[in-house]
Amino acid sequence: MAIETLVLGAGQEVGKSCVVVSINGKRIMFDCGMHMGHLDHRRYPDFSLISKSGDFDNSLSCIIITHFHLDHIGALPYFTEVCGYNGPIYMTYPTKALGPLMLEDYRKVMDRRGEEEQFSSENILQCMRKVTAVDLKQTVQVDKDLQIRAYYAGHVIGAAMFYAKVGDTAMVYTGDYNMTPDRHLGAAQIDKLRLDLLITESTYATTVRDSRYAREKEFLKAVHKCIANGGKVLIPTFALGRAQELCILLDDYWERMDLKVPIYFSAGLTIQANMYYKMLINWTSQKVKDTYATRNAFDFKNVSNFDRSLINAPGPCVLFATPGMISGGFSLEVFKQWAPYEENLVTLPGYLRCYIAYCLRQWYCVAGTIGHRLMSGKPTKIDLDENTVIDVRCQIHQLSFSPHTDAKGIMDLVKFLSPKHVILVHGEKPKMALLKGRIESELGIQCYYPPNHDTVSIPLTHYVKADASNAFVQSCSTPNFKFLKISGMDAELGDERVSEGVLIMEKSGKAKVVHQDELLEMVGGIKHEVQFGYCCPVKNSNIERTSDSELSSRNFGLHKLFAKLSTELTQDSIQDCGEHLQLGSLCVSVCLRDNCGYRTADDSVGDKIATTNFCCTWSAADENLAWKVIAIMKTLDLNYV
Amino acid sequence: MKLTCLSKGGGYHCPPCHIVNLGGLQFLLDCPLDLSALVIFSPIPIDSNAVLDEDSDSENGQKRQTMEKALDASNLIRSEPCYKTVTNLHLWDVSFIDVVLISTPMGMLGLPFLTRAKGFSAKIYATEAAARLGQLMMEDLISMNMDFRQFYGPEESSFPQWMKWEELEVLPSALKEIAMGKDGSEIASWMPLYSAADMKDCMQKVQTLKYAEETCYNGAFILKAFSSGVEIGTCNWTINGPKSSIACLSSSIFVTSHAMNFDYRALQGYDQILYSDFSLDANEDTEDCVMTAANNLSAISDNSDTNHMITELLLNTDDSLEEMEKLAFISSCIVDSVKEGGSVLIPIGRLGIVLQLLECLSSALESLNLKVPIFVISSVAEELLAFSNVIPEWLCKQRQEKLYSGEPLFGHVDLIKGKKLHLFPALHSETLLKIWQEPCIVFCSHWSLRLGPCVHLLRRWCGDQNSLLVMEKGIDADLALLPFKPMAMKILQCSFLSGMKLEKVQPLLTMLHPKVVLFPENLRQHFGGSSSSSISFIQYTENVTLRIPKLNLGPELDIATDFASQLRWTKLTDESINIARLKGELSVEHGKHRLLPGNEQVVSSQSGLLMHWGSVNLQSLVTSLQKMGINAPVEEERNGAETEYILHIIEPNRALININASRTIISTGDEKLASLIFEAISNSLDGI
Ligand SMILES: [Zn+2]
Ligand SMILES: [Zn+2]
Repeated sequence: MAIETLVLGAGQEVGKSCVVVSINGKRIMFDCGMHMGHLDHRRYPDFSLISKSGDFDNSLSCIIITHFHLDHIGALPYFTEVCGYNGPIYMTYPTKALGPLMLEDYRKVMDRRGEEEQFSSENILQCMRKVTAVDLKQTVQVDKDLQIRAYYAGHVIGAAMFYAKVGDTAMVYTGDYNMTPDRHLGAAQIDKLRLDLLITESTYATTVRDSRYAREKEFLKAVHKCIANGGKVLIPTFALGRAQELCILLDDYWERMDLKVPIYFSAGLTIQANMYYKMLINWTSQKVKDTYATRNAFDFKNVSNFDRSLINAPGPCVLFATPGMISGGFSLEVFKQWAPYEENLVTLPGYLRCYIAYCLRQWYCVAGTIGHRLMSGKPTKIDLDENTVIDVRCQIHQLSFSPHTDAKGIMDLVKFLSPKHVILVHGEKPKMALLKGRIESELGIQCYYPPNHDTVSIPLTHYVKADASNAFVQSCSTPNFKFLKISGMDAELGDERVSEGVLIMEKSGKAKVVHQDELLEMVGGIKHEVQFGYCCPVKNSNIERTSDSELSSRNFGLHKLFAKLSTELTQDSIQDCGEHLQLGSLCVSVCLRDNCGYRTADDSVGDKIATTNFCCTWSAADENLAWKVIAIMKTLDLNYV
Repeated sequence: MKLTCLSKGGGYHCPPCHIVNLGGLQFLLDCPLDLSALVIFSPIPIDSNAVLDEDSDSENGQKRQTMEKALDASNLIRSEPCYKTVTNLHLWDVSFIDVVLISTPMGMLGLPFLTRAKGFSAKIYATEAAARLGQLMMEDLISMNMDFRQFYGPEESSFPQWMKWEELEVLPSALKEIAMGKDGSEIASWMPLYSAADMKDCMQKVQTLKYAEETCYNGAFILKAFSSGVEIGTCNWTINGPKSSIACLSSSIFVTSHAMNFDYRALQGYDQILYSDFSLDANEDTEDCVMTAANNLSAISDNSDTNHMITELLLNTDDSLEEMEKLAFISSCIVDSVKEGGSVLIPIGRLGIVLQLLECLSSALESLNLKVPIFVISSVAEELLAFSNVIPEWLCKQRQEKLYSGEPLFGHVDLIKGKKLHLFPALHSETLLKIWQEPCIVFCSHWSLRLGPCVHLLRRWCGDQNSLLVMEKGIDADLALLPFKPMAMKILQCSFLSGMKLEKVQPLLTMLHPKVVLFPENLRQHFGGSSSSSISFIQYTENVTLRIPKLNLGPELDIATDFASQLRWTKLTDESINIARLKGELSVEHGKHRLLPGNEQVVSSQSGLLMHWGSVNLQSLVTSLQKMGINAPVEEERNGAETEYILHIIEPNRALININASRTIISTGDEKLASLIFEAISNSLDGI
């Protein structure tokens, strides 16, 4: 038995995240994203690898979507409405609420570009109707054997890592996550789980980032400087996520600095998105959450709707406009007007390796958008088309905060969860190779980073079920104190909570674990003690026997033996009990009988008078120890101790 | 398992209270207050002299004695009110409680009394939403009680004057029964309200959970809360221990139009169900027709469609439609009142009802184009309403749809924006006075009609025949209205669904199919009717500890297979049984027992066998010794009744074997020989 992981997307790349994991007959698809860098069939995962016949309902137990970014959800309407998947789909409440907005936005962009429609608005609605929304930490029983659970992932609102468990086998798929909190979201959070497999994103497999605080300060400084000089700030942004984060940042700054310069949102989209954020406030950071009753952080005080007529109105302002890459639409319209003036400022998303930029870079490269050209250097003139040339004199500020975890965060998570195996996805091949090396050498965990369409197979730990008796469980849970060593007065106590029991397997295949003491009753036997005994003669060359009483001479011999054994057997704890020495079950005492039963023959060591007999008895458990002691005694001369 | 029902409670506002003893741990289910008992106190008098005048007070005392029958406002206790806790909980040693499970916001109102008690160290669990609402309700109580404290001044001793025997003696019998209970024992359950600090301290001890979130107590008990549908955040708890499991089924509503529906499927697969939905009124007149429905169902219970039928029956929306009709009716009564120029006072304490009534009412007003202001006056009004709009995860499907379409979850958001609804923390606010106009509609605390802004407004409007008071059933209206008599104001008393309908109980239990159902004695006639089922029904009585026999023998243990493959198996002479010695680390984690390879070797002991049983077969022993090349002549020695066999061995070395019925001693100084003999003896015995 094994866990099989088929990578359909985001294998050694960023884009169209889609991984199909089979565990004990269950098959889960994690994410169903699209690749925005491709316009042909490569934009979607190759679903035919799941089922040749296209019978997806019977080949998948469920689909889990981690968050609303298109590289994680973009292919879902296509898969459900065009490919015909009808089975269960799970995502968090915010993802179910905001996912359709992202999909619809993308559909419109495709539409505007005159591309062939991949799915319709109706498709998106139909698709979302099949989705079951889940809350964080809620344990969802997909079917009798499959259990899933979402954990907070940061990154964007509603982003979740998903835990899945089938029988005794468990795994986590992270999706995108952030291990450090930002303005509106908390850091990823997960329980310590016993995992066979962890599949993690690795966007920043080798980067360690500096403080977000410094980068925020830089941004605010640039904005403040611009408006102080009477300039206008254009912040092209996507409707969800970054817009809210920056807006909280600015709104808060405006309050603190008592600024009166207006902040605008371009028509509709973002204001509407704020509506969602307000209701989903429980998915934001603790700080934002704590204040919702008196003032919902997404009720931006200084923010109002932008009207087209304000484009050329005098005076400074800040404007959030969609789309984020100035590829057209309103942000382009404003850009054309504002770019020629050097007092103005345009911010650009600078998270180069993040998927949006990554994908858009490739996509818009072809299209040659202004955003991309601005990013690749600071041009002074942009030819929009044959008739329009924009003279770019404004300042450009690159935003450099990203909602992904850095290398340290990934290592921390892997170390915290300590899974048996790690699979890296959603990253760049050379960096993934480096990270794999670190995970294997530093954490000793086997790691893989398969390319698309590869399958990784991981062996499983299996468990045999057995009934345990109460006595056995009791014996395990009560501390089992043992004297580890006694030397002179110092005794070390140790708690050896190792479970010892007996496994009984009946012909019927029924297994039961019992305590040793219960066994006889179980099998109906009478205990039979098997003991070893040996009366060992030890040389005692001290012939000048004084008038010591017999008792004292006997103890004298025993004490001497004790001293000798204590120095020889430092690992074990010997107890001098006066009349005898005790070492585990081995008992050594001076034997004065002439024909002791344990003395097998008259194998006395020469002179009878110069010999002291020590009677030893032990049971099988201490066999090795006993023979070690006897070997010592055999070569011993008590007089030379 | 042991169960003690400490209190059956009193409906929605006072849930029942139980102690369940499972696997040696004590679980306390809910810790409510009986706020309906507040009616024995007088509201803050308008004329302050009336109370402060000692003479008139003692005069009243005499009056009370003589005029037993005609109870009037002067009979009410004039003092800062005390709050009635669960009497039987006081007999319990709080330090023995291990876990407290909260199932409704009302179930935590008494919690600060418990958490401040000496020796209390239990872990408290509640759903996030219930904890939040519970905290707001406590804050409101504390703030309303503060008015009394300011009026009467701080209590001189912790033992209030009114609780003195002489004072209690002269109380009219109706009040006396509430104060002392039938047998006088309940007087001990009254406590002056906890402080804000007590409450804060209490809340810090509460661990909050989502619905269906697993939490593990003590490594061995898995606790989960599933939606019960009565109110936002209310739940049914399940406890899964290593030896048995129980689902605590409190008041539940299958289909609602605000809170998330009753998640009854999640309660499947538990050994025991503690049924504690006391909302069923055993005397309900619909009883007969209800029972026939249940019987019909059990008759066809082996039909394969049953489950489908049960689901249909459980999820029919009649109940929720009925509730909507009630709200529409209430709205129409309110509209009628305001049309005639009367104001409307709605001291309803159920959040879900208030939120829905606001929606229903505003659309009724709108359709008639009536511009009547609506007020919600409470110290926590703003927080409460804001909270209700940020919890889509705790609401029913229809409300969640609003999230998906980007609309507010409840209608009050738009009402506030449109300035049709106004929220105020208290009556005495300047801004309130500025916009105040009558007629108006006011939602405010407290439903007992003793605390909060409702007292003042009730005094203001009780003489106006056009005004309307909308109150909940379940409170003694005569007693509650006593301080406001004579009343010209119209009164609308309404009861709302607060638990399961009788006809749904039997089909639900059939579907859940536990081994045992524990149910309250007073619902006897409704349970265990169908003898065909394999469920055993056991009834419980208030304050009597019930013992439920053990169901399972021992916990199940998981042994890792890579570990199991290293085991050394021994076949017993019986041949049908194989045994092997196990040594490893037992981990108890998340209710699961697992044996994992420890640091030490899995199979201990070199010789393997450490314990023997049976008796030595001499003949086979001698034969196997011979096979090893050891010659051992047997000598028999009788010692009274006991026979001992002695085997003398000379070759390859000297050795002696003494064997009797229960013991064998191998004596030799030759290690190799000793182990050969041991092996031979082991072979002639069973051992491990
Ligand atoms: Zn993402
Ligand atoms: Zn991504």
